[in-house]
Amino acid sequence: MKEKIRIASGQGFWGDLIEAPFWQVTSGQVDYLVMDYLAEVTMSILQKQKNKDPKLGYARDIPPLMRRILPICSEKGIKVITNGGGVNPRGCAEAIAEVANSLGISGLKIAVIEGDNINNRLDELIAAGAYLENMETGEPIDSVKDKLLSANVYFGAFPIVEALQKGADIVITGRTTDTGLTLAPMIYEFGWDKEDFDKMAVGTVAGHILECGAQATGGNFLGDWESIPNMEKPGFPIAEAYPNGEVVITKHESLGGAVTIDTVSEQLLYEIGDPTDYITPDCVADFTSIQLKDEGNNRVRMSGVKGKSYTPFYKVSCSYEYGYSSVATLTYSWPQALKKGKAADAILRKRLENLGCTFDEFRTEFVGYNACHGAAAKEVNEDEINEIMVRFAVRGNDYASVERFGKEIAPLILTGPPAVTGFAGGRPKPSSVVAYWPALIRKELVTPTVLVLEV
Amino acid sequence: MKVKLIEIAHGRSGDKGDAANVGIIAYDDKGYEIIKKELTVKRVKEYFEGVCLGEVVRYELPNLRALNFILHNTLGGGGTVSLKLDAQGKTLAAALLRMEIEI
Repeated sequence: MKEKIRIASGQGFWGDLIEAPFWQVTSGQVDYLVMDYLAEVTMSILQKQKNKDPKLGYARDIPPLMRRILPICSEKGIKVITNGGGVNPRGCAEAIAEVANSLGISGLKIAVIEGDNINNRLDELIAAGAYLENMETGEPIDSVKDKLLSANVYFGAFPIVEALQKGADIVITGRTTDTGLTLAPMIYEFGWDKEDFDKMAVGTVAGHILECGAQATGGNFLGDWESIPNMEKPGFPIAEAYPNGEVVITKHESLGGAVTIDTVSEQLLYEIGDPTDYITPDCVADFTSIQLKDEGNNRVRMSGVKGKSYTPFYKVSCSYEYGYSSVATLTYSWPQALKKGKAADAILRKRLENLGCTFDEFRTEFVGYNACHGAAAKEVNEDEINEIMVRFAVRGNDYASVERFGKEIAPLILTGPPAVTGFAGGRPKPSSVVAYWPALIRKELVTPTVLVLEV
Repeated sequence: MKVKLIEIAHGRSGDKGDAANVGIIAYDDKGYEIIKKELTVKRVKEYFEGVCLGEVVRYELPNLRALNFILHNTLGGGGTVSLKLDAQGKTLAAALLRMEIEI
């Protein structure tokens, strides 16, 4: 057994710093590179891409990234684990195999984890007793079933562990929990028992710290953000894990950013609910048990993590069509910038009403005044406002109304309050809105499969 | 003496469906005692009146000297549906750090 392993985060979402995974594998020693590409909305976008071209449906950044890092990973023995397979992990693996072939790399094992995509099995699963009611509202799935775009189960760490046991150098999954990507190599390398819930919680918490990339190493840091050095080239977090269940969160020394108790604590608090009840397919972790110790030199040691048994359910993430939306902005300058913005808003609403347009929601925000903090923003003296960007946004099921909204913005420049600018890029077009439907499904109804391609 | 919360604490916020989570972390033990006393559910609910349209729930993490607030019905329907500029509530921790508290 290895005395420790170093797991490097390479991406916090699809659209994150393209250079980051390259820096992670070239700036110091690591054993694993883990990359989270999937936000809730991403699966529906990928499903639409796959509907147009059956070869697509995965994070298309992956093949060009692999072209850069595969030779390095092969030479150094770094394994890559990512959920960027989206709704087509096999297609993603085949694209990576092509890259490996063209680079002359052979003997590479690429594992594909499937079975999470249940969009085509819904009737069968419902008949088998999966109700899939909305976890937040309790509504039955029937109300959106005809409008569903995607439906995926969140698998945990164990399908990835199986892939590693089968010798995989690269593991491509569909919908897998972000935390499972980091927990899996710890289970595989240290032989942790799946019923040892404290250990499962250790890897889960480490995964939570790594899953948003540089948000654990000084990015988006609300503490003394100006003290964070060299953010033009930030080190993404690295979890240095030990068989006894201790983990040191660190980063490559030569890269920027910082790892302190403050930066790690902010990430621990990100998007959590009840801290004693952090539920994953692998365990339920207790964030109030985490002990952090700053060892200096950008090393924070985590110990004492407690966990409880997993639940009988997987979480299911469905997406469905939810009408159309459109957003447009205009900017008003001093004098009376805010008052003019509000007047323009009143004119626009009246014109759309006179045209018979209907919306489910019409939201106007005043950027520079209250767009971020809404009613919690401080009142300001009108004369001190230099300029205001008015952000108009509408959403509804009537495409024609949403489209007409987009045609009523530019006219405000010549037919509304003065000292207005900032309308560019043509009439905004309606975008399709995709809503998210969270549900639960009993674990025995879905089975992950692991397939290994050999190059 | 009154100070802004940002002088004794930092934090991070994000989305959980239509709810926002706002984590507030005190810089030291004394600060943690202050935020536990000052940041009651009632005060946070009043502070976000007109922003948070649902219930406020508070959780304590003494090990991190932190409080985690869940602000229900806050994000205009949640991530993909919301028309808000800050659809994910990412600036709400900063909003709360502007609150004046007694030390």
